[in-house]
Amino acid sequence: MPRGSAERASADPVPADPAPADPVRTPGRDDGRRLPRWTALVLAAGLLVVACLASLFLGSRETDLAGVWSVLRGDGEEHLRQVVAARGARTVLGAAVGAALAASGLIIQGVTRNPLGEPGLLGVTSGASAAVVTATAFLGFSGGAGTVWVALPGAFLAVVVVYLLGRPAGTHSVVPLILAGAVISAVLHAYIQAMILTRPDVFESYRHWVVGSLAGASYDALAAVGPALLLGLLLAALVAPGLNTLALGDDVATALGTRVGLLRVGSILAATLLAAAATAAVGPIAFIGLAVPHLVRALVGTDHRWQLPTCLLLGAALLLGSDVVARVIVRPQELMVGVITAFLGAPFLLWAVRRGMVTT
Amino acid sequence: MSAPLTEPIGSADPSSLRLAGATVAYAERPVLEGFDLEVSRGMFTAVIGPNGCGKSTMLKALARTLRPRAGAALLDGRPLAQWRSKAIARRIALLPQDPVVPEGITVKALVARGRHPYHSPWRQWLSGDDEVVAEALRATGVEQIADRPVAGLSGGQRQRVWIAMILAQDTEYVLLDEPTSFLDIAHQIEVLHLCQDMRDQGRTVVAVLHDLNQAARYADHLVVMDAGRIVAEGSPSEVLHAELVAEVFDLQAEIAEDPQSGTPMVIPVRRAGDQVIRS
Repeated sequence: MPRGSAERASADPVPADPAPADPVRTPGRDDGRRLPRWTALVLAAGLLVVACLASLFLGSRETDLAGVWSVLRGDGEEHLRQVVAARGARTVLGAAVGAALAASGLIIQGVTRNPLGEPGLLGVTSGASAAVVTATAFLGFSGGAGTVWVALPGAFLAVVVVYLLGRPAGTHSVVPLILAGAVISAVLHAYIQAMILTRPDVFESYRHWVVGSLAGASYDALAAVGPALLLGLLLAALVAPGLNTLALGDDVATALGTRVGLLRVGSILAATLLAAAATAAVGPIAFIGLAVPHLVRALVGTDHRWQLPTCLLLGAALLLGSDVVARVIVRPQELMVGVITAFLGAPFLLWAVRRGMVTT
Repeated sequence: MSAPLTEPIGSADPSSLRLAGATVAYAERPVLEGFDLEVSRGMFTAVIGPNGCGKSTMLKALARTLRPRAGAALLDGRPLAQWRSKAIARRIALLPQDPVVPEGITVKALVARGRHPYHSPWRQWLSGDDEVVAEALRATGVEQIADRPVAGLSGGQRQRVWIAMILAQDTEYVLLDEPTSFLDIAHQIEVLHLCQDMRDQGRTVVAVLHDLNQAARYADHLVVMDAGRIVAEGSPSEVLHAELVAEVFDLQAEIAEDPQSGTPMVIPVRRAGDQVIRS
């Protein structure tokens, strides 16, 4: 017992039964959460399972549930087998991409302490898009399976340029980095505009790229970006605890044993690997990277060690759910999932913000 | 004073924290040049001096949030740059002037972050963490508000929460940069009491303070700085004299005895021509 603390506690009493500052908050729950963290994690996993099943059983072609079930059990007709196989690849790729985008957004928001952070902030999306446009315009590239190998280096190149331009001299401030990202994105977008407005053939190819889609998903695309995804995931898991200390300011983080410079580079690399791989595989998909981390914070609180796994599960579930909607909403056609994520995600986020559930 | 850069091997008491010939600069401007300081172990040291004299810079160099250009900060005689980051963080804690409170974080979650230096990538939760955090909450008197969001607390409560985080870090050295600034007088005294409590637990406390009287009253040891140099060092009664206050702070003052503790108290001399109101 420290000397004298008892008298001081009575001299300056802490309210014994504090009224919660926010009446919506449930007292007794640690870290502003409404659910115990394990419950939230299991809930997110449950959502992902439901989304996976929906993604297998539903599609732009009407298939009866019993037929799909028999295929999953190992028989069923040949035609249906091909349909389900395609849906399987789509489901696996969709889950991987959704998880990667959400985790990337989480890390960008953490490392920049910016609630509006998302993978595009560092130039990932514009870099990939500019590379696709360039390849189409000058190298006779025509989209399709090779897109990954154009978009991936493009995204990386853009982030490297942003990092070199925005690397703060002497300070640990991330503002130069964010500004450099905005500048590079603006320049690349101007370049893309110039190309697609003057070259109709480029525009035709670009418009298929610019809104991300899981149509034509294949295991080949997943295999191409797999190493980047796995490395990004590993790095994300390594930086997550450090981001907890970085949230308290650079000085506190250093005093708590975090090597701030190293953490920053590792975080940017992790976020870039994840977002570049996802974007290269399926094209730019908005909103998952921005919205999912906010929803996850509402569920599990401010601890990145819990946020990361929840983000992976919820990001995958949200992207797959959006893709199912994209496939069934205009049957027998389908929409691009990038259109649906914003339409589905925006009201969800807005609702959470208005309930006061979302904090940074 | 100039100290040798390495401690003799096998010295009786190896634990020490000091700056040896340290030159510390922001951008190009050196704030400290060839600076030597040995932190007095087991004491509550107050660092005082006029604004801009390098007090905070000195503290940051000791906590290696600023790296010396020349010379070194030495822990147990070994430059901090040679230590593993988390090993230093298990020995030295720093509360800077402007820590960031993440939105939505609760008191308990913030205090628990003090356990970070004890975790590794493979062991993120340790069995003793909860007890240490509970003890830190209790020692600072914030256990009743453990589940409340830090952002909604008053300045005084918030500062106690930060000190609880420092306690959860469980370090031998505790460095505090102006821990009493922006608090009202009762909360200032409360923080100073917490500093004394930490000292009584056997920790070495170094705090940058602004109020000379509070420094003299509550600290065991004073370090007086001016223009990047140490001007005087010692117990409050040895150090705090009218000449020193005049020289360092450019203030004409009389030194009286604190009626409660007998420690020196600085009383500014009235300006020539000021009316003295007597009833």
